[in-house]
Amino acid sequence: MERLIAKYEKKLVDAGLADPGAPLLAGLDAELIFNRKDPATAELAQIFDGLHINSLLYCRPAEPYRTIVDYLSSLGRTITPEDCETRTFQHDIPVASRFHAPEILACLRRRKSVIIPGAGVIAHGVVSPEQAFVTYSSVLFACFVKFFGDYLAALEAGHSDPSGRPSAAFQAAFNRAVSHLDPVRPVAPVLAKGPFATAAQVYEALDQAGKATVDYRLVDSFFGNISYSLDDVLYISQTGSSLDELPGHVDPCPLDGSSCAGLTASSEFSAHAQVALTTTARAILHGHPKFSVLMSMRCAKKDCDLRGACHLKCPSARLLGDVPIVPGEVGSGPTGLCHTMPQAMRGNRAVMVHGHGLFAAGETDFNEPFATLLTVENASREAYFKTVAALS
Amino acid sequence: MPTPYFGWTGKVLRIDLSSREATLISPEIEVYRAVLGGKGLAGHHLRPFANKNWDDPELPLCLFTGPLTGTLSPTSGRMTIMSRSPLTGTIGDASVGGGLGTRMKQAGLDGLVITGKSAAQKGIEIVDGRVQFCDAGALTGMGVHQLASRLAGKGSFAAIGPAAENRVAFANIMVDEHFAAGRGGLGLIFAAKNLKYLTIKGSGRVAVHDPKALGAAREDILRLTMASPVLSGEHGFSCYGTGSLYDLMDSRRMMPTDNFRKTHFDQASSLNAFAFKEKYLPRKTGCKGCHILCKKITRGGVVMPEYETMSHFTALCGNTDLDTVVAANALCNDLGMDTISAASTLACHAEISGERLSKETILALIKAIGRGENPELAQGAAQYAKGRNHGEAAMSVKGLELPAYDPRGAYGMSLAYATSTRGGCHLRAYPISHEILRKPVATDRFTYSGKARIVKIAEDVNAVIDSLTACKFIFLAAGLEEYAKAFSAVTGLPYGAQDLLECGERIYYNERIMNAVNGFCDRDDDLPARFFIEDGSHGEGIEIRALPREEFLAARAAYYRIRGLSPQGLPLAEKAKELGLTWNG
Repeated sequence: MERLIAKYEKKLVDAGLADPGAPLLAGLDAELIFNRKDPATAELAQIFDGLHINSLLYCRPAEPYRTIVDYLSSLGRTITPEDCETRTFQHDIPVASRFHAPEILACLRRRKSVIIPGAGVIAHGVVSPEQAFVTYSSVLFACFVKFFGDYLAALEAGHSDPSGRPSAAFQAAFNRAVSHLDPVRPVAPVLAKGPFATAAQVYEALDQAGKATVDYRLVDSFFGNISYSLDDVLYISQTGSSLDELPGHVDPCPLDGSSCAGLTASSEFSAHAQVALTTTARAILHGHPKFSVLMSMRCAKKDCDLRGACHLKCPSARLLGDVPIVPGEVGSGPTGLCHTMPQAMRGNRAVMVHGHGLFAAGETDFNEPFATLLTVENASREAYFKTVAALS
Repeated sequence: MPTPYFGWTGKVLRIDLSSREATLISPEIEVYRAVLGGKGLAGHHLRPFANKNWDDPELPLCLFTGPLTGTLSPTSGRMTIMSRSPLTGTIGDASVGGGLGTRMKQAGLDGLVITGKSAAQKGIEIVDGRVQFCDAGALTGMGVHQLASRLAGKGSFAAIGPAAENRVAFANIMVDEHFAAGRGGLGLIFAAKNLKYLTIKGSGRVAVHDPKALGAAREDILRLTMASPVLSGEHGFSCYGTGSLYDLMDSRRMMPTDNFRKTHFDQASSLNAFAFKEKYLPRKTGCKGCHILCKKITRGGVVMPEYETMSHFTALCGNTDLDTVVAANALCNDLGMDTISAASTLACHAEISGERLSKETILALIKAIGRGENPELAQGAAQYAKGRNHGEAAMSVKGLELPAYDPRGAYGMSLAYATSTRGGCHLRAYPISHEILRKPVATDRFTYSGKARIVKIAEDVNAVIDSLTACKFIFLAAGLEEYAKAFSAVTGLPYGAQDLLECGERIYYNERIMNAVNGFCDRDDDLPARFFIEDGSHGEGIEIRALPREEFLAARAAYYRIRGLSPQGLPLAEKAKELGLTWNG
């Protein structure tokens, strides 16, 4: 447990989700342990007494997330982001009024996380501190997308009705959050050159590209996936694997379906396999670049009958730059992205799934898909701020 | 259906086969709030009689649905059948699918408590709560397949085959022909009461407090199901059934082979779910109220074996013939006996006798056991091996034969086998979900670190699942967070996930108490010695070492502390009181 707690404390800082020394992590097997001494531990111990859990994370987010979370949590008792990951896994995010165990417990008895305005985010795990890390990371990602999306929506609303413009508090929060954004990284790293001839080379390439995707912050928590096809075998990251920890977590799946050993493969295995089988692409990279995700959810058709169901049914041929945007949910169900993304990938280098993330493909190695991922994200960010400037 | 309750009907039918009397009772709402339904209610009704021998007419056979059964809540068509296990002496329960649970709710009943013993073999037929006792003497010795034809039109049924009549200790109750209430020999309880079958049908509907909220909860659960590679992926249960685990278990080097003397089966790649699908072209089917449809059946009505059956009738027994696996599965189901226990007993016999199990031998021995021609093997592996003075060859815990996950390849699984209240069962805590299937997140399968609490919580979660009811498989995608919404929508009770978990803890502790009454303690919460002294099959960069005994014992001690048990694994009066249970030690 100590090892896991130390690992996720470091990952929180490395990912820019927490300042050094900020995460307070606790783990409980037979005994309760904390990663450090803190006045909050007594209150958190009460939370353990009231929940059937084995780990807890309490952390004040690093900027810009701190400003974003503080602002959104000042608006009400529940935050309801509309991005795909939140809709699927978090549903909504409760807000407590203060750092007080009974109130926090009331929220955590029904959800995986709670925000305490001005204090931080608490998330728990039942089998591992990794769950708390993933939930915390997802909360910050969802709040980021919602915050910048809501700001843009407010500017657009205010264009026709001045009363709809962002409030002074929202504007101040926006200005502050923008000042803390990561600098744009225009240059992609040089990755291993393909085509790869052996499984060993494939594993190395996946590891390298996965680590770079996390390093460039083009994916949140462990979501995102990566694959390479060689000799009718799709080497794909396992479900729930971290792209920066892929060694040992890649499943070799025969594309003829003769084995179910890929049962633990990414939930997007079907989508990757179809791209591999129906296009000339061998390398596929899927990330969740934040500005690309939020811009994919922007739509000018305000009175569309399908509002609220865009992620399922949007029939419009929409583009993010020159990248097609398609509807589709996580996985292989009837509304799964495996029915939309692979078709759209034919003749394209990338496809954006509405409110979810970008799939980018390459013919021989991960240089092209990584560059696409980065270029689309940088272009989305630029487009966002151009739109903001035009509406301000 | 007039009822003061939403979700529940508020009615339980007590049936005394000795006097042929049926009495309706209405449990207090506080009982429902405390133990939910299904497994929880069954345990509540079994507890006062838990020390009765399996053939004592006073020992009840409890069949209970949950509040979600018969509603739109996904996978809710299951129910629990519980009594004391004739095989192990522990509590014996099974979550069973098919349509029986749904029909019971439609008949206006939350459950049945059957006691007594009929002078002659009988059937019980229930229509909308009205009970009829029918002569079943002419059905003696009839297999389940033929029985299904005879009972057609009477709704859903639970019945026994010849195995139970011939006192096979691992005889099943079969529901709607293809769904087994297995493990632990519950079929013998039917036989001890001279009950051949039970049919139920009804015309009522389950009252739901907030149908709109139930619809929203259902949508959340279905979305998570679709996002799950294990359930809905190309290699998942919906496409291949649980047989899709076959390749994975072998690739992780934890496929029990040659009676657990090895953990890798060289021929596995040609005997996998893909091979079965290619050869038999099955279609999907499943329990009422389920959208996963993990059961596979051919157009000719041949049921494909589940993962456990596939693995044990190939790797464990050294068989490489697909047809034999299918035939063994069909035979066991028709005779009405547990496939895991049957295969494990055969493998134990092969190890002790040195006999190689040919495909002919496998089928002949199954027939002989089920037809009462081999009473020695009909006792199950533990008693058989003990009788041959080779107790070490029985791969069982508390007398229940182990399923197809070698514990040396998943340390949490080893602890869960040991602590399970019904013996060697994978479903009480199912650590495979995180140790192998990576859900909700992956854990290190070769360590006991953290596993004691994980196993305890998972036991509580699964107790809730079996009480609501729902299928454990869907919890590879959804969680109690989503099911609490469904529960609240159906019943109107504002329970969150943690409230349900407290019920689960109560339900499971009650089972520990019943086992303690029957003398079970730390001595029984243990694994066969083989796992602590022999390595499994190393290979492909994976080392399968013998389990570290001291670490296992430390994890078990931690589990006892976390569960609120004494160092000897016995319930404590104070903890029982905290949970609202009575227990004075």
